[in-house]
Amino acid sequence: MTRHATVEIREHLRSAKTLWCPGCTNGIVTRAMIDAYLSLGLDPEKVTVVAGIGCAGRITAYLDYSTVHTAHGRALAVATGAKLADPELVVSVVMGDGDCAAIGGNHLIHAARRNVDLTAIVFNNDIYGMTGGQAGPTTHEGDLSKTSPFGHPEPAFDICELARAAGATFVARGTPYAYLKLVQLLAAGIVHKGFSLVEVMSNCPTYYGRFNRTPVPAEMLKLQQKQAVPVEKHKAGAPMTEEQFPVGVLHHVERAEYLEAYEEVRRRATGIKV
Amino acid sequence: MPAERRLLQGNEAVAEGAIAAGARFFAGYPITPSTEIAETLSRRMPEVGGTFIQMEDEIASIAAVVGASLAGVKSLTATSGPGFSLMQEMIGYAAMTQVPCVIVDVMRGGPSTGLPTEPSQGDVMQARWGTHGEHSVIVLVPSSVEECFTLTVDAFNLSEQYRTPVIVLSDAMVGHMREAVALPLPEELRVAERSEPDVDPDEYDTVMSTLDNILPRPDLGSRFRVHVTGLVYNRRSGVPETGSPDVAQDLGRYLREKIYHHREAIVRVEEFMMEGAEVAVFAYGSVARAARAAVRWARAQGVPVGLVRPITLWPLPTAAVDHMAEQVRTVIVPEMNIRQIAWEVQAAVAGRARVVDYGRVDGALITPEQIKDLVKKEFHYHRFS
Repeated sequence: MTRHATVEIREHLRSAKTLWCPGCTNGIVTRAMIDAYLSLGLDPEKVTVVAGIGCAGRITAYLDYSTVHTAHGRALAVATGAKLADPELVVSVVMGDGDCAAIGGNHLIHAARRNVDLTAIVFNNDIYGMTGGQAGPTTHEGDLSKTSPFGHPEPAFDICELARAAGATFVARGTPYAYLKLVQLLAAGIVHKGFSLVEVMSNCPTYYGRFNRTPVPAEMLKLQQKQAVPVEKHKAGAPMTEEQFPVGVLHHVERAEYLEAYEEVRRRATGIKV
Repeated sequence: MPAERRLLQGNEAVAEGAIAAGARFFAGYPITPSTEIAETLSRRMPEVGGTFIQMEDEIASIAAVVGASLAGVKSLTATSGPGFSLMQEMIGYAAMTQVPCVIVDVMRGGPSTGLPTEPSQGDVMQARWGTHGEHSVIVLVPSSVEECFTLTVDAFNLSEQYRTPVIVLSDAMVGHMREAVALPLPEELRVAERSEPDVDPDEYDTVMSTLDNILPRPDLGSRFRVHVTGLVYNRRSGVPETGSPDVAQDLGRYLREKIYHHREAIVRVEEFMMEGAEVAVFAYGSVARAARAAVRWARAQGVPVGLVRPITLWPLPTAAVDHMAEQVRTVIVPEMNIRQIAWEVQAAVAGRARVVDYGRVDGALITPEQIKDLVKKEFHYHRFS
């Protein structure tokens, strides 16, 4: 994995001007996606990015590929239709944490179970940013937000565990702090044949950081370094605090991809015709 | 060679119509009384190299249909009342993003779980206004098994031509009825093909559809690298632009006028025994079958009654209503809901004739006898045998 020159990255952006706040890490993840596509030498015409609604979903207006900005929570279902209709598409599905695990939670578990060859890229910033900082399914117990002014009473979802349990065949987690590693994980997810999910622990200084831990973007990034525990160490039994999480390829198995399984259905359907 | 006659169910005819229209993708979720459409297509789609997928709910079903259509494959879903309600969000998305697709709603009694196995026409307003925001859709109402086939083909053609979701509004009676039908042969059908805009990809952002020249949408994965968004977008560039009232007004007006400007070309209506009629029955879908029987009976009695049957329910065939309003003194509107279309007819008739509504929401069919009784009241001086 290499970091491509900014001029090369720019060629795949419709606009370098975004509506993301100063200090937001979404721009880093956007660049990491382009770096991953370039590293894999993918045909830009076949790259398709389908996204939901929220800060992350706005990526579709900036990336210069075929892009679909769908409805809140529906990105995976739209992407499923697109991939089955045209298997040549290389489909990435960008979702925020609320988009993916709350309103789109049902689509997530079924997409993972079906194992359609899609790469879900979840920008997890622990909060609903676009609507101004409300608690979501990944907001941690006790965190402050616009809708948990006295501390959030609910536990957070672990999106990677959820995807793995539902049948995803490739699950990884990365951070914008460890940029090249993130590019590597995204590329591995895209290459994987089947449903892959890469959770990117992104930062929202504006609506999360200001009320929890630190409002300083650089401090939030440094915090990621402390929170991220390489999965190898985690599996070897390294102790983890409540704030820490494993990063790297968390789960990887091979299982029949949906389109391959459906080819068999087509063979049977034409075979039994008398 | 004449077409072979087959005994078909309305729902099966919808499925065959979709295949004949070139649909190669179906996504759906089981719901009575539409399930036979999914069951039939789970066999037929893989046979013809297409794809059938059963999704986790109706929201996902219409979303997958939109995705498949964006990728270049004609697509449909089928459902009934509760599922149709769940689909409204993405029907609005399809209208906003101008994605051709077909939604079949086999109406049953509602609201809520209602009467799952009984017919209704309670969704006629939901079909027009179910999603939020100003938009236009085309809605076709079959009243026979043959029409389940032909109108599904028409639905695909219209959706391609006008780049819009089209709704086929069937009901539990039409969907579950069996009739012997001779389906049109493939060579007898007009099937609209999807094409690419005849524009250089670099210049695509600078061209714009007009009401009289609706450009096809390039597929995902094509050299056009399209951006599709449900936000208000600039109709020229396709780029979201939510800060300009002019851009929003232009798009909003266009999405409506795209359909209504072509109302005359889209609308289809059948007039039956309207010559010299003093009273008209305005009926659609399964109710039109009972209305036709009642009109035949009345004419046999020498009573001047005719039937006006909208095949396109939306846009409402206002020219036909105008014509009817000028001709008759009374319009009887029997429907399996309470005044949903009768109000529309009343508005269009605008006082030129009396409008008599007759609504049922009990899951029972409206019978020819009930319509005969309504006719008799209009000709109380006449001695009926």
